[in-house]
Amino acid sequence: MSAVAAAPARARTRLEVRLWLAQRLSAVVLAACIVIHIATIVYAVRGGLSAGEILARTRGNAAWLGFYAVFTAAVAIHASIGLRTIVAETLRWRGRRFDVLALVFAVLVFAAGLRAAIGLYR
Amino acid sequence: MREASRLAQNGEGGSKHVAAAEQQTESLRVKVWRGTQEGGFDAFEVPPSENQTVLDVVTYIQRELDPSLSYRFACRVGMCGSCAMTVNGRPRWTCRTHVSKVTDGREITIEPLRNLPIIKDLAVDMAAFFDKWERAKGSFTPSADAAADFAVVEPTSPKRRAADEAIECIGCAVCYSACDVVAWNPDYLGPAALNRAWTLVNDVRDEGQAERLAAVSGDAGCHACHSHQSCKTYCPKALNPTGAIAGLKRLVAMATLRGEL
Repeated sequence: MSAVAAAPARARTRLEVRLWLAQRLSAVVLAACIVIHIATIVYAVRGGLSAGEILARTRGNAAWLGFYAVFTAAVAIHASIGLRTIVAETLRWRGRRFDVLALVFAVLVFAAGLRAAIGLYR
Repeated sequence: MREASRLAQNGEGGSKHVAAAEQQTESLRVKVWRGTQEGGFDAFEVPPSENQTVLDVVTYIQRELDPSLSYRFACRVGMCGSCAMTVNGRPRWTCRTHVSKVTDGREITIEPLRNLPIIKDLAVDMAAFFDKWERAKGSFTPSADAAADFAVVEPTSPKRRAADEAIECIGCAVCYSACDVVAWNPDYLGPAALNRAWTLVNDVRDEGQAERLAAVSGDAGCHACHSHQSCKTYCPKALNPTGAIAGLKRLVAMATLRGEL
């Protein structure tokens, strides 16, 4: 492979490695978030769970807003990279335009999750 | 299935065939893939023998029943890695696979290895498999300093031990055939090539490490592995390419975080 042809290949490899790292790191964040999320549900549901109780806990609480913003960001990163891999392996759809589609998917997931978290905060 | 035509060719059609089958109730019924990517199975009856291996069965068919059958073997003792085939749906080294280990009935299906182009019948084209060893920088890169003293490699050092655990590969392509990721992504280097790279990554004398780590990274490299561990399950030498690939992932991750990749 010539040096000219090798440069994009090297850049592509670097992108793949960074995406792989991002997916692993987001998995670590997700693991912690899921434990906190489930533990809170188990704790909160003891006296019965209602929308009013949830909102009483989350409204105006910046800590919960921050927590669910991080949770949502981790989901968006993790799921979009995973989906990109599944699509590449099962449908053989690879290349720049599918990278862009995965990025669009990540933004949509993040936006939807953040909208829900803000809804609980307000 | 072309059983009828095969039996007819052998003059065993009709009542003759039934009588022969009754006399040989202990015979092994063998279905063998014939053709290339396109083709079908031929059926054969093979007499049993003590300690019969799958390679014995294929050899009997080729020598006694159908000389046009193509297959590959060399050493017959589990050293050369030539005779791997798919036996009852699983990749095996046929020279060291006893028939009694793979079937409790008297039927056996033999196909070529998966994930490689079929040349004819049971012989596959191994070129892509070994080309990937080269792409993974699977050859030793010597030091430029020929005058340097011999490197001292302690047998008990962690790197030497890691290399030892991975070094007995015979290049049979059983792992490559077992790997689903190869089936999904034909560019994927595969367990054997990455396992080879891992042995060299742990060779303190080798001076091609940066190039090698770049070569084994990315969508076609170690990062594509899903750790299904089929390679480990079926490796006839009981190696663990999944472990080797995990080691490569760790090293590449560290190199990336240090900005070296």
